[in-house]
Amino acid sequence: MQKIAEINQYKSEVKNLSFYYGTFNALKNIDMALHDKKITALIGPSGCGKSTFLRCFNRMHDLYPGNRYEGDIMLYPDNVNILQPKVDPIEVRMRISMVFQKPNPFPKSIYENVAYGLRVRGIKQRAILDEKIEDALRNAALWDEVKDRLNDLAFNLSGGQQQRLCIARALATDPEILLFDEPTSALDPIATASIEELIADLKDKVTILIVTHNMQQAARVSDYTAYMYLGELIEFGETDTIFIKPRNKQTEDYITGRFG
Amino acid sequence: MPKELPSKKNHVGELGYSYRRKLHERLIESILFLSALLSVVIMLAIIVMLVKESVVFFQHVSIWEFLTDTQWTPLFDDAHYGILPLVAGTVVSSAVALLVALPLGTIIAIYLSEFAPFTVREIAKPFLELLGGIPTVVYGYFALLFVTPLLQIIFPELPGFSLLSAGLVMGIMIIPYVSSMTEDAMRAVPMHLREGSYAMGATRFQTAIRVVTPAAFSGIAAAYILGISRAVGETMVVAIAAGMQPNLTWNPMEPAATITAYIVQVSLGDLPHGSVGYQTIFAAGLTLLLITLVFNIIGHLLRKRYREIY
Repeated sequence: MQKIAEINQYKSEVKNLSFYYGTFNALKNIDMALHDKKITALIGPSGCGKSTFLRCFNRMHDLYPGNRYEGDIMLYPDNVNILQPKVDPIEVRMRISMVFQKPNPFPKSIYENVAYGLRVRGIKQRAILDEKIEDALRNAALWDEVKDRLNDLAFNLSGGQQQRLCIARALATDPEILLFDEPTSALDPIATASIEELIADLKDKVTILIVTHNMQQAARVSDYTAYMYLGELIEFGETDTIFIKPRNKQTEDYITGRFG
Repeated sequence: MPKELPSKKNHVGELGYSYRRKLHERLIESILFLSALLSVVIMLAIIVMLVKESVVFFQHVSIWEFLTDTQWTPLFDDAHYGILPLVAGTVVSSAVALLVALPLGTIIAIYLSEFAPFTVREIAKPFLELLGGIPTVVYGYFALLFVTPLLQIIFPELPGFSLLSAGLVMGIMIIPYVSSMTEDAMRAVPMHLREGSYAMGATRFQTAIRVVTPAAFSGIAAAYILGISRAVGETMVVAIAAGMQPNLTWNPMEPAATITAYIVQVSLGDLPHGSVGYQTIFAAGLTLLLITLVFNIIGHLLRKRYREIY
């Protein structure tokens, strides 16, 4: 197992993935990879399937009836296709965390929000929780702002703080992959800058996949970029290449703002 | 020539109020206001009536005696006017009912809102609401003629009338109110909160208990308060199945009268209007009103304290 991880610089590999909402074919034969401890950005116009694709990685589509996956998402070093029916989506979500578009803290205290993932895993020891929560809040650059009011309701935080709290919540369980679904689209420019800085800092610890509408954001934070259109992956490569010298005319048009 | 638009913009400089439009708006506003006023007026009229008649009663009986005497025998020669036996009957029967309705109602709501597939919910909900549409007098006879004999198999010493039997059936009767309102509150919790929980690796049950329930707390509290008010104010079931003797007891296995059952008994009887015995029902009614008022205030405070912020 260890050997596979060494030779493979991929954390995850997507092979011929298609996805259906009922009969609607939302993703078409996608092949792509997530490089380990790198940031991969998904860009493309609204409705192109970026979020649908992102939500395949933690099997969120399993929550609703009528959805169907085809193809593989391999997770390394396990070398397991996480889409196969015998894989429990709860196990997948325990290793692949997600941060949503709109900050969605739970109606609980700041402390309990971050503790949530640990609590649902059955961890009760206060010492472990305290330590994990402080680590997660520090990694999410929120600790200094909230350390004196951990028992306050999370709703009392500002929008940017709430989003960082959601990132801390996702980090507290030591995920291997962190999924971001347009994490800054509901935030002002200053909060956006702090979240971007945070995401850039996190790549030492975790592999990141981020959906964004903001081209500059993709260029600023990501190492790899994938451009999607109408459920298809049009181009995937190193961010510098995609932004400076895209191979595909369509990608170039989108990136330069002639389209989308 | 094009049809003239309702605005007067073609008459340059005319930006004043339109008399007709203003009158029309005023008229609608007044009708809406009067409808709202009507309910307030009726409420006030009921309170005034109860207080006025109760004042007459309290000229004969001191408030102290009313609150502390342990016997309620206004129709006997040796008349006692202690409300405690009736309050005890009300509290015990309501407690039994709530022990049935609140847990079951909540469990049903959690199942329907978080677990049930769409088709099951669409079938189960109307049936549940039908349960709330059965006349309470039917529930009364159901308690007396079906539930009591059933209970007597388990507890052979149970009398023919008991607070237990009435309370259990009252609980079944209240379940739809509690479950329906609780389910509405839970379904109003936005999907992105649930998704946040699932994305952390939580199960359906963990999500329902740890995220959806606290998020819906104020609505659930309102459902509970409504359930309590219904239990306290319920008349028919207790009048039929709990017996009508005022009896100071906290034991649900005994027969006893509740405040409501007593009021029915006296209003249907042939007591002369104006007698102290007759006046008692207003004092009893006022007590009932105060009890439900207290619960409504608690419910209001809870709603304010934990209003939904998603």
